[in-house]
Amino acid sequence: MLARLPRRLPIQAFQARRPLSTTLQRKSDALFVHRDTPYNNPKIAFEFDAETMKRANEIISHYPPQYKKAAVIPLLDLGQRQNKGWTSISVMNYVAKLLEMPPMRVYEVATFYTMFNREPIGTNFVQVCTTTPCMLRGSTDILNTTLQHLGGIKPGQTTKDGKFTVVEVECQGACSNAPMIVVGDDYYEDLTPETTRKILDAFAKGEKPKPGPQSGRFTSENSAGLTTLTTKPYGPGEFCLPEFS
Amino acid sequence: MLKASSSRSILRTSVSSGLSRSKLKLSASFATVADPPVRRYGGLKDQDRIFTNLFCKHDHGLKGAQSRGDWHKTKDILLKGDSWIIQTIKDSGLRGRGGAGFPSGLKWSFMNKPGWEKDPRPRYLVINADEGEPGTCKDREILRGDPHKLIEGCLVAGRGMNATAAYIYIRGEFYQEASHVQQAIHEAYAAGLLGKDACGSGYSFDVYLHRGAGAYICGEETALIESLEGKQGKPRLKPPFPADVGLFGCPTTVANVETVAVAPTICRRGGSWFAGFGRERNQGTKLFCISGHVNNPCVVEEEMSIPLKELVEKHCGGVTGGWDNLLGIIPGGSSVPVLPINTCAEVLMDYDSLKDAQSGLGTGAVIVMDKSTDIVAAISRFAQFYKHESCGQCTPCREGTTWMMNMMDRMVQGRSHSREIDMLLELSKQIEGRTICALGDAAAWPIQGLMRHFRPVVEERIARFRVDNGPVAFGGQLVNELDKTFAIPDNMGAHLPEVNPRT
Repeated sequence: MLARLPRRLPIQAFQARRPLSTTLQRKSDALFVHRDTPYNNPKIAFEFDAETMKRANEIISHYPPQYKKAAVIPLLDLGQRQNKGWTSISVMNYVAKLLEMPPMRVYEVATFYTMFNREPIGTNFVQVCTTTPCMLRGSTDILNTTLQHLGGIKPGQTTKDGKFTVVEVECQGACSNAPMIVVGDDYYEDLTPETTRKILDAFAKGEKPKPGPQSGRFTSENSAGLTTLTTKPYGPGEFCLPEFS
Repeated sequence: MLKASSSRSILRTSVSSGLSRSKLKLSASFATVADPPVRRYGGLKDQDRIFTNLFCKHDHGLKGAQSRGDWHKTKDILLKGDSWIIQTIKDSGLRGRGGAGFPSGLKWSFMNKPGWEKDPRPRYLVINADEGEPGTCKDREILRGDPHKLIEGCLVAGRGMNATAAYIYIRGEFYQEASHVQQAIHEAYAAGLLGKDACGSGYSFDVYLHRGAGAYICGEETALIESLEGKQGKPRLKPPFPADVGLFGCPTTVANVETVAVAPTICRRGGSWFAGFGRERNQGTKLFCISGHVNNPCVVEEEMSIPLKELVEKHCGGVTGGWDNLLGIIPGGSSVPVLPINTCAEVLMDYDSLKDAQSGLGTGAVIVMDKSTDIVAAISRFAQFYKHESCGQCTPCREGTTWMMNMMDRMVQGRSHSREIDMLLELSKQIEGRTICALGDAAAWPIQGLMRHFRPVVEERIARFRVDNGPVAFGGQLVNELDKTFAIPDNMGAHLPEVNPRT
């Protein structure tokens, strides 16, 4: 989460420095407090387009009518998708209005969950998993390769051309296919530094490489040959109790 | 117990020494009691595997699922009624596959308290598909390969607990998996398998998909309920338990994907079939996901109580560099303590055996580490993970995970005083059991496991750092960097001699 701190602290932070202290205040509010900026302020209008609205209504209908606010996470996600991958204050306000809930309750949610980016991101959002199972299989190399290949940026930064944002993330739940990165919504697994570069190059050209394991295996089976499920799957009613066979 | 060979020798000695006839008879009758044959676990056959599309080799849609036996006579199962379903699950010995290992039949029966029919509130089944425990990737394979097993499981389990609807809470990162599940739900509705009069049984049941947005803590059942209600995922105090007041204030049961997905197959093949696998109280089959330093990491369905060594050698091509190159194994995801090599060779993969080894089965996520691993760094990364994922509600966990992370980070370098190992352990004990949910415990256990089995590694590292850089005060400051113009408190350990417990 710290990786997403904006690089420059707001000017107020310097003015608020106490005269006797030589250390800069650690302002964790960079994570949770909204400050109006030219690109992110409540005056920028935001509305769901017709397609998104249709999906939003469909989602709202899943919940009891008096608990419309249960849809806040899926709706923020829809908003984020429509708003070029990040959740601005206008998106939050719009969702609050749509679900008839206090805006603060939406801000709470948007700051709690890590998948809501509250700063603009590049066209391709690259998330590198570095938790232990990936770390054991060499995710540090993958992270370094990614950062170097994109021009020596640091985790949390966007490339100058605005094509890539790289962040370090916690376990993505593909541990048997470690190491892995996520680009957008797709998992790229079983990576080596070479395949990582290939994937990034393809995205830089505007192509979309095939998601999934890059080592040639299909999903998470044993790469040296199947040890299970080698026979044809059994059909309906086979091996069942007599009444269900 | 006497073995055959020993009985013969007893016979010989007793005859030679001229013992009385009755005594001879007695010892001979003892010797005839044969040892029960030692049962070996593991080696599950394909015909007994529940998840036949684990590797997505076949069609995950409705047609493919039906050809593999899903949705077969589901109506008959539903018509058997709630008590039959719950009794079958109880007979099967199924225990929750999400980590805690609570008997599922019992848990589901909490929903049907006497007089539940008079309660006008809706009743919910919530499926926990927020798989985020480091090392765990089993539910993902079910969600994308066998989504219909899960949907059918929702219906069967929902019938068992008389639920009106099920919500599947899937982690937001699983986009492809979510679309497979959504497709399965659409197909099931279109085929009349869900909705009003599900499968033609007269029972009305809805299934909804809800995508999360990236928070490990939402895997905790009450946090998941909070998140589903559109709030921050902060666990609730229990009681009231979700079976009384849960989602939207209604009776709710939260169950893991794997637990629910196996239910229809158990109902069709009988509880005794499922109970025939594994040891007593640990019955069934289980998905194991093996990651880390093995030659071929994979996800595999195996019999419970399979020896850990066999699991690794048979299905994953062994540890990289051979079994002797093994350093340690974390047998159940990041939350359980690590096991050293000699224990790894003995333990069976089930709840009780791993508990006896002071670890746990957790989610069945086996993380293998060979001798090239920096074990301190590996566990320190877990400390970072828990620091990142702590929801910040309870003080011991919020502050404690940060402290533990800072201390572990320093211990990776060795930049600490050797007394700080005990301080760290004490700190972990102060977190464990003092928080609303189990995240505090989960954060403490890996560190306790590290110190239990690999303390010499940490001590050696601290000693080496001390040799290179001089003494270190508590908190990681080098003594020769301390500003002598300040009054440094005496309890900072700056001038304490190094403690070496082995001398």
